[in-house]
Amino acid sequence: MSQNKTHDGKPLITLKDVIKSFGTNEVLKGISMELYSNENLVIIGKSGSGKSVLIKCLVRLVDIDSGSINVLGKSIPDLSQVELDKVRTDVGFLFQGSALYDSMTVGENLQFPLRRHKHRMRGQDEGQLISEALISVGLEHAIDMMPVDLSGGMKRRVALARTLILQPKIILYDEPTSGLDPITSNEIISLILNIQRKYNTASIIITHDMDFVRVVSDRIIIIQDGINYAEGSYANLSKSSDPKIRAFFKERRL
Amino acid sequence: MAFFENIKDLLGQIGDLTQFALRFFREAFRRPFEIREFVKQCFNIGYNSLFLVITTGFIMGLVLTLQLRPTMLDFGAVSYMPRMIGIAIVREIGPMITALICAGKIGSSIGAELGSMKVTEQIDAMEVSGTNPFKYLVVTRIWASTFMLPVLVVAADAIGLFGSFLVEQAKGDVSFTLYFNQVFQALVYGDIIPATLKSFFFGFAIGLVGCYKGYYSEKGTEGVGRAANMAVVFASLLVFIIDFLAVLVADILFEI
Ligand SMILES: Nc1ncnc2c1ncn2[C@@H]1O[C@H](COP(=O)(O)OP(=O)(O)OP(=O)(O)O)[C@@H](O)[C@H]1O
Ligand SMILES: [Mg+2]
Repeated sequence: MSQNKTHDGKPLITLKDVIKSFGTNEVLKGISMELYSNENLVIIGKSGSGKSVLIKCLVRLVDIDSGSINVLGKSIPDLSQVELDKVRTDVGFLFQGSALYDSMTVGENLQFPLRRHKHRMRGQDEGQLISEALISVGLEHAIDMMPVDLSGGMKRRVALARTLILQPKIILYDEPTSGLDPITSNEIISLILNIQRKYNTASIIITHDMDFVRVVSDRIIIIQDGINYAEGSYANLSKSSDPKIRAFFKERRL
Repeated sequence: MAFFENIKDLLGQIGDLTQFALRFFREAFRRPFEIREFVKQCFNIGYNSLFLVITTGFIMGLVLTLQLRPTMLDFGAVSYMPRMIGIAIVREIGPMITALICAGKIGSSIGAELGSMKVTEQIDAMEVSGTNPFKYLVVTRIWASTFMLPVLVVAADAIGLFGSFLVEQAKGDVSFTLYFNQVFQALVYGDIIPATLKSFFFGFAIGLVGCYKGYYSEKGTEGVGRAANMAVVFASLLVFIIDFLAVLVADILFEI
């Protein structure tokens, strides 16, 4: 368990014995975990170990086979569509490949989540919200550009702005720095850290970037063979003697 | 063996497609309606196919008349040309050519668009932002294709008849008024109503198949290519099947 932060209060997210398979491919074989308020939980695991599937289960983009998932006090598998949509506005999702809508401009991309959640706009003007969100990621000039004309780093920022526009309480980041050069990665990382400080969000972050893990993580969960194999702070896990855990922290040598 | 595998595969696909169609009807009449996206798709589908449809329609009218005219001359029945061409185009050639062109053009573009949205997680992103992607993407495209196809058929019919008229005028000195008077005299409701109804079904089938293939596209770029390709193949096949059924039913109802 994490030593550098005490978990006061109830967890925001609780998973118990979550099982999910696709046909004969058993991806999750009984995962249990919690996310507490204000914390950055990092999930690491080999490619194909089911990290993306796991966080998709949290917002019911993937239906689980068995187990229980509780997000912000709601049992996700049992919610009606309307209730589910309500929970989803509190949970931001940054997709692995940014997932910007190709047929829409940057501005329209940011406007899209607002269409169904006007009540969330706190009386603010739609255009104002959009430009504020773009300013916060440093892309106010790109409002009329199409996603194809953006670089990978710019896409990631727009996706980040789109995730933030409804001011979620929890943000799920699926490999926010993958495919970016180290400098752009660092920019994205400091954006993420700023967001954290500004809005006090709790996050689940999937990443392979161990430098990122070191600076951002309050707690780490290692997914291996479909279960949560190990858990702890960066300091603890990096000192572990278990070779399966050590493999993630080792310097790359070929 | 491959032949029987294909048949089995086709039957399975028809089952899945029926499920997809049922979902469409369940969601199509429930709020919220995505009117703006529907209008945008109507424009996309109609406008993007118009040039292709008009060109092929015009050439078909021209060629058909050029090819048939000598035979009709031999029979001494050349004055029947406008009526014959009119019926042929309105009943069969106009709807069929338009539907096949659109199966290629609209089917593949919807298949590729939704397919790439699927594999790049854009559909998932829509879902978590509180918009029902089936309503926003699928329902609007199927409606748009259903309503635009008859419009395109009318355009193809008109330009096809005009092409045919040009030949008649050049070869037989038939005037514009005479030609079109004859065409409209020959056409009865028994020709126009089934052809129009049939066009709605063609549009529905093309939109449905394009969306179905795209929405369930497999991962990866090959998946998107396959989705577009399969959409065209399957939609064209359905167009022929619907045409056959429509003729069968019209034959019974209108006793022609
Ligand atoms: N919709 C789906 N249908 C079928 N199988 C799926 C689906 N989504 C994921 N899988 C399978 O689940 C497994 C885990 O996939 P997942 O994308 O969660 O891996 P990951 O841990 O995120 O890997 P990476 O680090 O490469 O992103 C893979 O074997 C994948 O093929
Ligand atoms: Mg992943």
